[in-house]
Amino acid sequence: MIPLLEGYQVAVPRSLTEALGELARHPGARPFAGGTDLMVLLEAGHLPPGRYVSLQHLSELAGIAETPDGGVAIGALTTYTAIQRSRRLADEYPLLALAARETGGVATQNRGTIGGNIANASPAADTPPVLLVYDADLELVSASGSRRIPYSSFHTGYKQMAIAPGELIARVHLPSRTGWGRSAGGRDYYRKVGTRRAQAISKVCLAAAIRVDAGAVQDVRIALGSVAPTVIRAVRTEESLRGQPLDAGAIAAAERTLLSEIVPIDDIRSSARYRTRVAANLLREFLQG
Amino acid sequence: MADRTHPAVACRLNGRPTALHGHPMSRLLDAIRATGLTGTKEGCGEGECGACAVLIDGTLVNSCLTPLVHADGASITTIEGVAEGDMLHEVQEAFLECGGAQCGICTPGMILAAVELLSRAAEPTEQDVRVALAGNLCRCTGYMRIFESVLDAARRR
Repeated sequence: MIPLLEGYQVAVPRSLTEALGELARHPGARPFAGGTDLMVLLEAGHLPPGRYVSLQHLSELAGIAETPDGGVAIGALTTYTAIQRSRRLADEYPLLALAARETGGVATQNRGTIGGNIANASPAADTPPVLLVYDADLELVSASGSRRIPYSSFHTGYKQMAIAPGELIARVHLPSRTGWGRSAGGRDYYRKVGTRRAQAISKVCLAAAIRVDAGAVQDVRIALGSVAPTVIRAVRTEESLRGQPLDAGAIAAAERTLLSEIVPIDDIRSSARYRTRVAANLLREFLQG
Repeated sequence: MADRTHPAVACRLNGRPTALHGHPMSRLLDAIRATGLTGTKEGCGEGECGACAVLIDGTLVNSCLTPLVHADGASITTIEGVAEGDMLHEVQEAFLECGGAQCGICTPGMILAAVELLSRAAEPTEQDVRVALAGNLCRCTGYMRIFESVLDAARRR
């Protein structure tokens, strides 16, 4: 086992500054957090040898903080367990706690981080659709500064990301949910469909939020996992619903639009046909409330 | 087996200061077993079954997915560290009395997952127990007795 690992070099920076320096010197180095995805690849012989950077000491990037605009900033190293325990998130961003609870078992939730989950870039990830519904921005940092990009433009293709060599995901910013609360006619929805309720990787996952007022859809956000090369926001489906009464005709039209903007595949976990059917069913369940 | 090419990882293993040896990306599971503590089992090797679960600073983790470098400075509890001397932990007592252990391979992980649950929930419901043990697979499929054991342990405290 030991000779096999000699192709992997691991840096263990003690601070964010040190980590960014390491990434600047070695732009091809890959950061890792809890290791819950990385170690599976390593054991299976699918992890490329090279330089890796352990983020274990970067406490600057763990935790949940208020932001001046009334939203929250979630550090990239915040674990799924910490997300479930946050009262603030449970109150205003309830889908996050729901998704966190369905991401692996307790041992995985204790180690797996939101930043790692994003950087793993799986189209079947359970929490990223929620980040799309909540209109998240990602804060990326490097030795030369920081920038923010909308999460909706981060995944550019299967396992492809809009992140430059030397950059690290620092925080996930969620804007205030003012206007989306129950009192404003808002409701949220999250459902993951897998082989087993606990721990299984999704066949299809749908996260959504809607605001209905005076009988018409004021605004709606719909995102899915496992139906395209990346997690996706169903923007055309959303557009078809805005301003419409939430009746059977509008719901049927939205289902048809959804099927035109997802491209599910047959793979080890499910079939394109099943995913198509279930995606439409989840949308209907959400819209019918 | 001392590995001199990598710095030793200093941690506490069941309360005892210990130096673990191996490549920083090697599995904590293997380093623990190399010390002679073989209660920690390898099941699936990919984080699905929980047979390799240990506590790091009181938190349940799968040691097959934990790179050794992450054990640096940590306090690790394996199944061998759950009892205090001859005094079994109430979860262990309950597993014995309720028939929670069958072939035994999943038992160390089940017990550590239960110990972690009881450390954060004083009166868990059966649903709480099911959620806490969802990452631990029993291939004898004796889940009901395992759930009963954990609920019984909670009542003993």
